[in-house]
Amino acid sequence: MHLEREILVKAENLTKKFGDLVAVDSVSFEIFKGESFGFLGPNGAGKTTIMRMIQSVSPLTGGKLTLAGMDVREQSREIKCLIGVAPQDDNLDPDFTVLQNLIVYARYFDIPKEKAKAKAEELLKFMQLEEKRDTIINALSGGMRRRLILARALMNDPKILILDEPTTGLDPQARHLIWTKIRSLQKQEVTVILTTHYMDEAAQLCDRIIIMDHGRIIEKGSPADMVKKQVGEEVLEVLYSEEAMTCLKQNFPDARIDVVADKIQVFAHKPRGVLAKVLEEASFKGALIRDSNLEDVFLKLAGRSLRD
Amino acid sequence: MSNITALFRIPKLSYRVWKVWTRNKDVFMKTYKTNFLPSLIEPVLYLLALGFGLGGFVQPINGQSYIQFIAPALVAVSMMYSSFYECTYASFVRMYFQKTFDAIIATPVTIEEVITGEILWGATKSLINSSIVLAVIVAAGLVPSPLFLLIPPVSFLVGLLFSAIAMCFTAISPNIDAFNYPSFLFITPMFLLSGTFFPLTSMPQFLQVITQLVLPLTNAVAVTRALALGSLQLSLLLNLAWMLIVTPVLFILSINLMKKRLIK
Repeated sequence: MHLEREILVKAENLTKKFGDLVAVDSVSFEIFKGESFGFLGPNGAGKTTIMRMIQSVSPLTGGKLTLAGMDVREQSREIKCLIGVAPQDDNLDPDFTVLQNLIVYARYFDIPKEKAKAKAEELLKFMQLEEKRDTIINALSGGMRRRLILARALMNDPKILILDEPTTGLDPQARHLIWTKIRSLQKQEVTVILTTHYMDEAAQLCDRIIIMDHGRIIEKGSPADMVKKQVGEEVLEVLYSEEAMTCLKQNFPDARIDVVADKIQVFAHKPRGVLAKVLEEASFKGALIRDSNLEDVFLKLAGRSLRD
Repeated sequence: MSNITALFRIPKLSYRVWKVWTRNKDVFMKTYKTNFLPSLIEPVLYLLALGFGLGGFVQPINGQSYIQFIAPALVAVSMMYSSFYECTYASFVRMYFQKTFDAIIATPVTIEEVITGEILWGATKSLINSSIVLAVIVAAGLVPSPLFLLIPPVSFLVGLLFSAIAMCFTAISPNIDAFNYPSFLFITPMFLLSGTFFPLTSMPQFLQVITQLVLPLTNAVAVTRALALGSLQLSLLLNLAWMLIVTPVLFILSINLMKKRLIK
């Protein structure tokens, strides 16, 4: 099925070095038109570096990267016209109001003033910021700033939207509002490329994801397939004790059994219901069966040690 | 060697430099009333203190009263201050704290165009501020020659020169406090020693040569004073030539230094 789809972004052996540090290590991937594609990974995995290379603001050390058939090394100006960028850092212009931020930004794209004004009003409405149109940036909350950054990224009607950690640091309400907005953009066939280290965000928003660590791709696929393949559909969690451990090992000789804090996690890769049966027969303290998720995949693949 | 040629690579620029200039102009116009005040008050204070106060004890210089001698120099000083501080502190704030440059280079505007727009804006600030000072000294009757009308275009060139110098410092400053070094070691000595408050000829010969070669303000003061007083000499061509040669070199250097800092 994928073969028939139009490839919008294509990276071949994409490499980026900062001095001796290899931030992105010969990575290859393809992003199709209209899909939502996520890059996941711990801090320092190389996600933002890839975003900056796609935006063609950061030069490649090696490999090849094309957007809509255009090479980032040669046609950066044309590429920048096609994309909208919501960066991780808040770089709204504090010297201007909300509305002026959008209009000044549109000027950099040669959008005529009248058109820019109409577009800005439309986007403020879409992002629920109409009442803030004449507010200065410093008076906005974190969630409002994020929405304004997203609105700004849409000023040039981009074909590709790049979202670098779109909801980091936001409260749940603000995150859900941003997700709703991103979903309605997806319906309009905008290709979305995002980075996140929230697994639920990736599962919510992405058709396909790549998990990265140390500049390399360690897994790729759709979130659901990846969960199924890597950790199975369900996880059994039991409060830790020596007896429970022995008993679980007997019951699940092939399963991966992890100890996290005071809990035992059993990734059994069994069809739904099998775990429940085991629980009926043997009683464990604090036992719980839950759906496994991307976070389980991520911790399995990237390990539990701290980064930074 | 290739590192050095990279620092002098000629940038590709487009009309988009004016988008960056317009951004800064728009911000300036929002607060223009408060912007005018300092550039007006400072030179007036110098004229009062040094011109009327100190000037009473100073003999006429080349037939000019002391206040007439320093008035055009204050115009040149305001060219230096306004452009140098615009492209150091103000540009640094936009680059480092506000991340305005990062936001702009995500659009079809390139980093070379951002820096050029900033430098053109610095030169514009020089034109605006020095014209205010010029208006004050003309109104005070301290400018005998109608050639003073040529000072504003000169102020744009001087502004380009000091903006380019400033942008080189901005490109290499690790933090905003680092601007204290060029301020105290470069700008303040120039303010005092560039033929501003006394003629260069009062200094020993070798110092005169050094001053003219390494202190850019010397050239700006010489040209501004000659135009204000209507005393044109051939040596002014050397002053103009110095600025016309050094400005583009530093302009290109500043862009490449900035590119090195920001494009990673």
